Amino acid sequence: MQSSSSYSRRDFLKSSALVGGGLFLGFDLFASGKFNAGVASAALEGSFDFNAYLSINSDGTATIFSPNPEVGQGIKTSFPMTVAEELDFDWTKVKVVQAPLDTVKFERQVAGGSYSTPHSWLRLRQAGATARRMLIETAAKRWGVDAGTCTTDKGLVLHPSGKQATYGELAADAALLTPPKDVPLKDRKDFKIIGTFVKGVDNQDILTGKPIFGMDFYREGMLFAMIQHPPAFGLKLKSVDGSAAKAMPGIVDVVSFKNNVAVVGKSTWEVMKAREALHVEYEKEAELESSADHDRIFKELMTSGEAQVKRKDGDTAAAFATANKIVEAEYQCPFLSHAPMEPMNFFADVRPDKVELIGPVQTPQSARDQVAKLLDIPAEKISLEMMRIGGGFGRRLRPDYAVETAELSSIIKAPVKVMWTREDDMTGGIYRPAARYRFRAALDKAGNITAYELRGVGINAGNPVRENNFPAGAIPNVLIESVDHKSPITTGPWRAPITNFLAGAEQSFLDEVAEAAGKDPVTMRLDLFRQAKAPLNAEGKPTYDTERFIKTIELAAEKSGWFKKRKKGVSLGFSVYYSHLSYVAQVAEVVKRRGKFTLQKVYCAVDCGIVVNLSGALNQVIGSVVDGLGHAMYGQLTFKDGETQQKNFNTYRLIRMNEIPEVEVHFVDNGIDPTGLGEPALPPLSGAVANAFYKAMGKRLRDQPFVREGDNTMENVL
Amino acid sequence: MATYTLNINGRSYNADVAPDTPLLWVLRDHLGLVGAKYGCGIAACGACTIHLDGEATRSCVLPVSAVGNMRVTTIEGLSEKGDHPLQRAWDEVDVPQCGYCQSGQIMSAAALLQRNPKPNDREIEQALSGNLCRCGTYHRIRDAVKLAAQKS
Ligand code: FES
Ligand code: FES
Repeated sequence: MQSSSSYSRRDFLKSSALVGGGLFLGFDLFASGKFNAGVASAALEGSFDFNAYLSINSDGTATIFSPNPEVGQGIKTSFPMTVAEELDFDWTKVKVVQAPLDTVKFERQVAGGSYSTPHSWLRLRQAGATARRMLIETAAKRWGVDAGTCTTDKGLVLHPSGKQATYGELAADAALLTPPKDVPLKDRKDFKIIGTFVKGVDNQDILTGKPIFGMDFYREGMLFAMIQHPPAFGLKLKSVDGSAAKAMPGIVDVVSFKNNVAVVGKSTWEVMKAREALHVEYEKEAELESSADHDRIFKELMTSGEAQVKRKDGDTAAAFATANKIVEAEYQCPFLSHAPMEPMNFFADVRPDKVELIGPVQTPQSARDQVAKLLDIPAEKISLEMMRIGGGFGRRLRPDYAVETAELSSIIKAPVKVMWTREDDMTGGIYRPAARYRFRAALDKAGNITAYELRGVGINAGNPVRENNFPAGAIPNVLIESVDHKSPITTGPWRAPITNFLAGAEQSFLDEVAEAAGKDPVTMRLDLFRQAKAPLNAEGKPTYDTERFIKTIELAAEKSGWFKKRKKGVSLGFSVYYSHLSYVAQVAEVVKRRGKFTLQKVYCAVDCGIVVNLSGALNQVIGSVVDGLGHAMYGQLTFKDGETQQKNFNTYRLIRMNEIPEVEVHFVDNGIDPTGLGEPALPPLSGAVANAFYKAMGKRLRDQPFVREGDNTMENVL
Repeated sequence: MATYTLNINGRSYNADVAPDTPLLWVLRDHLGLVGAKYGCGIAACGACTIHLDGEATRSCVLPVSAVGNMRVTTIEGLSEKGDHPLQRAWDEVDVPQCGYCQSGQIMSAAALLQRNPKPNDREIEQALSGNLCRCGTYHRIRDAVKLAAQKS
């Protein structure tokens, strides 16, 4: 049995600091008192709060509050499953309610970094287990028996004498007990809910068109608004003539603030049309960069740029000087839009005494705090309700659209919903940064890698390298450098920041190295991991686990038949990466038929520890494969004079149903505490695909997107 | 502005809007039917798909003045209790990730099944390739269409 007490508050602190996404504020699992008015006020009469996550209702149901934003990662299902498991409750009698932002009751109400699951795993279980214990104790007292002789099953407390009581009958008394400490948690073999295929709790609402997304939010009397931002990066607002727009039907006001021009009206379409009647002038405030400039900047900084040395082990120069063979290659990726299907939107009602914010955001606390600061209103006066999010991919970690909505509401003194069009979203910034990498490897006579160099150049990428990741620790001489170009084009985290491209590039480069060394790419990696000693992080812990890497690689090799004889015309490509605490190995299979090449299948081996919701886990892995593939093949945002040349899905190509390979997923079964899956299956994918296409066609795919106008590399790919 | 009488999900609705207002915004802003979603506004993503006399149609580019007497069906009216074979299959397969594109996907699939009750993979892909899913749920969408076709 595992005891929950081993996970101390200090550990929480340390781990939140590690990820950087979650601010640590006061958190009390057992805080009493009612929730703020809002979504959670749905709690019923006859409902008894056991802790921040859980109320048990006298009608035999339980209400489980899900504190984190639901962005499609499935947290609104998997979190309550975890509570219900330890509560030993009937899943069909669980009602899940999205909790509003509440920094007293919850910590880290964030959807990002694939970190919600590892962060909350034990505390969710503790919430369920503690309530279960309180129910047992109540029943035992009523029956005058020893609590140790009672058991539970699906919401019932049972005693060998035949006595039984439902949790609903016990709830009123049980909720009054002082929550016991250090309640033992279930043994993994006793799990009944965790690890099973559980359907999304919002399915019925999604499938019948209920108003659950931010975009669907409506309140009587609210106004509709759109905000025009500068059309190019490097421009600022000079003058606005909104008179024609203001005279259009249904328009209430045209206001400008900062670089924004807002058109406010009574319906979406009227606002959209009036926007076209705006006369706005912009002036240059910074360089108006084009993609051609970026190309030049990459070239310059790759050779002459002032690089920051991020890691230096041994002496690479000496190793290269005595190398038997040198392998060198450059890889490059473009800017990408996050392009969630639901564009940015938010609702705000700013009044002198209170502020109401409602909408889709991955970082509700940051949204609230930014609004508090901007409007100089104490955070306690601001409520924030989270609507289901129609996709984020990192875009909604930045609450700029929520903050500007609040600012607009404070100016027009009215409740307002701001909606971005797709064009606003695609031209509005905060992109995946473009980056270029140069890899070099030195080989000795036996084909061992004696030195490894990586220089990453990013455009607003911050640090474009991940210096503590493999292959650091596996190669004696390592030099990792980074250079960043500051650009007016705004960037931000995009699903698996930096590694979303770096991982695939590195794994392709290792394929080049294996070829040059005359080694099998999987065998070469296994050999590297067998002798690797992972670098230590700030807390003195290894940055990766070589054993888990090896097991994951072996599983992928086994399932894909890597070491078996292949059918004629079948080519395999391998890739493996560790990110966001999970390990994923992938094998891509390209098949040649009548001179054409098709990516037929992708095998995935995944070590994310215990799988919480099998359905959600599969969805995340398969979705990441599709996402990674689509962007590697087709995704790119190019610039002309600071303006994106793609503004909507007619020119910004997303992957479609007829372009997906079969995907087969296998999980490593090791019983380790679960880690997240929102990101880890994406980074390695493009490497596996590039390596398989290379095997099949003899062409290295180093620049994304692989399918580009004016480039015929992929002309025979179906 | 003009008043339009629309036949939606077997009921009659009135909307007082400009003639060029896309049906999508009439549904969403004026009639409170928000199942059809906005994703692109240029008929490039399929999120706003509804049926017009049974045909899958992008409501974001369909002016309300062009609807006339044609029957409009939205996800809200696809079945009375949310139990259309496709809705049931979508739930059973657990298709949605974020869920935003799914009503459009289902409406495209429903139009397909009406004209072709037993589509093969190629036909499903053809009918649904105009519906984008940013979360990448395409495998399960295909499985759910097949499951619904099998059961109905
Ligand atoms: S919103 Fe109509 S097709 Fe995209
Ligand atoms: S489920 Fe998110 S866009 Fe399709």
